[in-house]
Amino acid sequence: MPTEHIVRSYDEDLRKLRDMTARMGGLAERQVADATRALVRRDTTLAAEVVSRDAQIDALEREIEAFCVRLLALRQPMAADLRVVIAAMKASNDIERIGDYAANAAKRAIVLASLPSIGSLNGFERMAQLVQENLKAAMDAFVHDDAEAAQRVWEADEPVDAIYNGIFRELLTFMMEDPRNISAATHMLFIAKNIERIGDHTTNIAERIFYAVRGDSLPEDRPKADQSAFAVVRPGGE
Amino acid sequence: MSTTTETAPAGGATQGFGGVQARSGAALNAPRIAIRNLDFFYGDNRALKAINFDIPDRQVTGMIGPSGCGKSTLLRVLNRMYSLYPNQRATGEAMIDGMNIVAPDADLNALRAKIGMVFQKPTPFPMTIYENIAFGIRLHEKLTRAQMDERVEWALTRAAIWAEVKDRLDASALGLSGGQQQRLCIARTIAVRPEVILFDEPTSALDPISTLKIEELIDELKRDFTIVIVTHNMQQAARCADQVAFFYLGELIEVAPAAQMFTAPKHPKTQEYITGRFG
Repeated sequence: MPTEHIVRSYDEDLRKLRDMTARMGGLAERQVADATRALVRRDTTLAAEVVSRDAQIDALEREIEAFCVRLLALRQPMAADLRVVIAAMKASNDIERIGDYAANAAKRAIVLASLPSIGSLNGFERMAQLVQENLKAAMDAFVHDDAEAAQRVWEADEPVDAIYNGIFRELLTFMMEDPRNISAATHMLFIAKNIERIGDHTTNIAERIFYAVRGDSLPEDRPKADQSAFAVVRPGGE
Repeated sequence: MSTTTETAPAGGATQGFGGVQARSGAALNAPRIAIRNLDFFYGDNRALKAINFDIPDRQVTGMIGPSGCGKSTLLRVLNRMYSLYPNQRATGEAMIDGMNIVAPDADLNALRAKIGMVFQKPTPFPMTIYENIAFGIRLHEKLTRAQMDERVEWALTRAAIWAEVKDRLDASALGLSGGQQQRLCIARTIAVRPEVILFDEPTSALDPISTLKIEELIDELKRDFTIVIVTHNMQQAARCADQVAFFYLGELIEVAPAAQMFTAPKHPKTQEYITGRFG
């Protein structure tokens, strides 16, 4: 948007909305990073911090929603402004879910710290790093009105799905090898699924941003590689 | 159809969240008035520049743009009001029912029976409420007293004011409130059964409640009439119009279904205007 509004406080409102959304996204990024670190290092203190910090994200979501309602009522935004307000409102929803998934992963990390470790956590770290990078790129795209960057985020979720598939198969194998692994492996599966869902919500955010900037939507079908819904692993490795 | 501006295909609304469509459904109706290469001059000043677009039948076309953009001029062209003034002329085409409105030999009486106009300020005649309606009908038609009574009631009913005035048809129209006077003027306009009604900022002199009543009325009237409305109120255009045309410095910048115009306009100038960034 080249020029500014005739009413200057309207520009300030929209800037504030972007800032709040970016702050919320930043907080969620940190939650994902800390939850993963807590998992890898078996750090229950850090995990507990993540769980308690989730309330901040929830509060920000409510704040953004109230701010958007106020903007809609007082400014009656049109066109690109309207799209930004709607995108912020919907993105805050996705970010709130991301926060929930991170908190849930942290809770499971606390349980896992009390169980013997199985397998490698490299896949978790890589997957978490990818979704964090995407989330950060999405937030940058929102602040800078960058539709191309949003589209790149939207397209970049495929490797996350691929890693998730690998983890899924690996954990199934551990469970079949030794039923004593089932408890830990189940928690780990949920964590992997949580991180994979965070990636999905990030692509949602990217879609909102693309719409806010361009006024039209990305195609319905996003490149996906999550095949775990169809996966079968048989005992004996047939 | 050749247009120089960005014209969205009929019903070709942008897909937003869930997709948006023209207000009254998927598509715009067939054109009632087809405007082609229309120019208008106040003396040497070219106030409209090669305007091309269609006004769809029995839908509402909103015309928006900053002061001096040409939207009111176009409205004045459509019922040949400019013919009252020397040194004002139009070239090109504005076709309605095979007749070119701007042709020098166009039958102005026939044209004005086809195309009625409602102005910014209510303009009741200093007569009774009944006579305000009957006056115009008598210019065009010869009706018996009973037929006239029926027509007056029909017009007042269609203009959503019958219930308020039926017991005082012989009272002066000047005693009505501003909103009532405007609805009376609408009744007067539809009494001669036009095809098209032009509204020039019909609610800018009215309070919010009267404004909403007029908007509700416009929504009702479009079942039978083609409506063109010039308004400075963006929300009003968004609420009332099926199609919106944005004018700037005498040019038609963009015309699109209203839902697209107010969520995702194509032209940067439109975007700036409707988001309040002009100036």
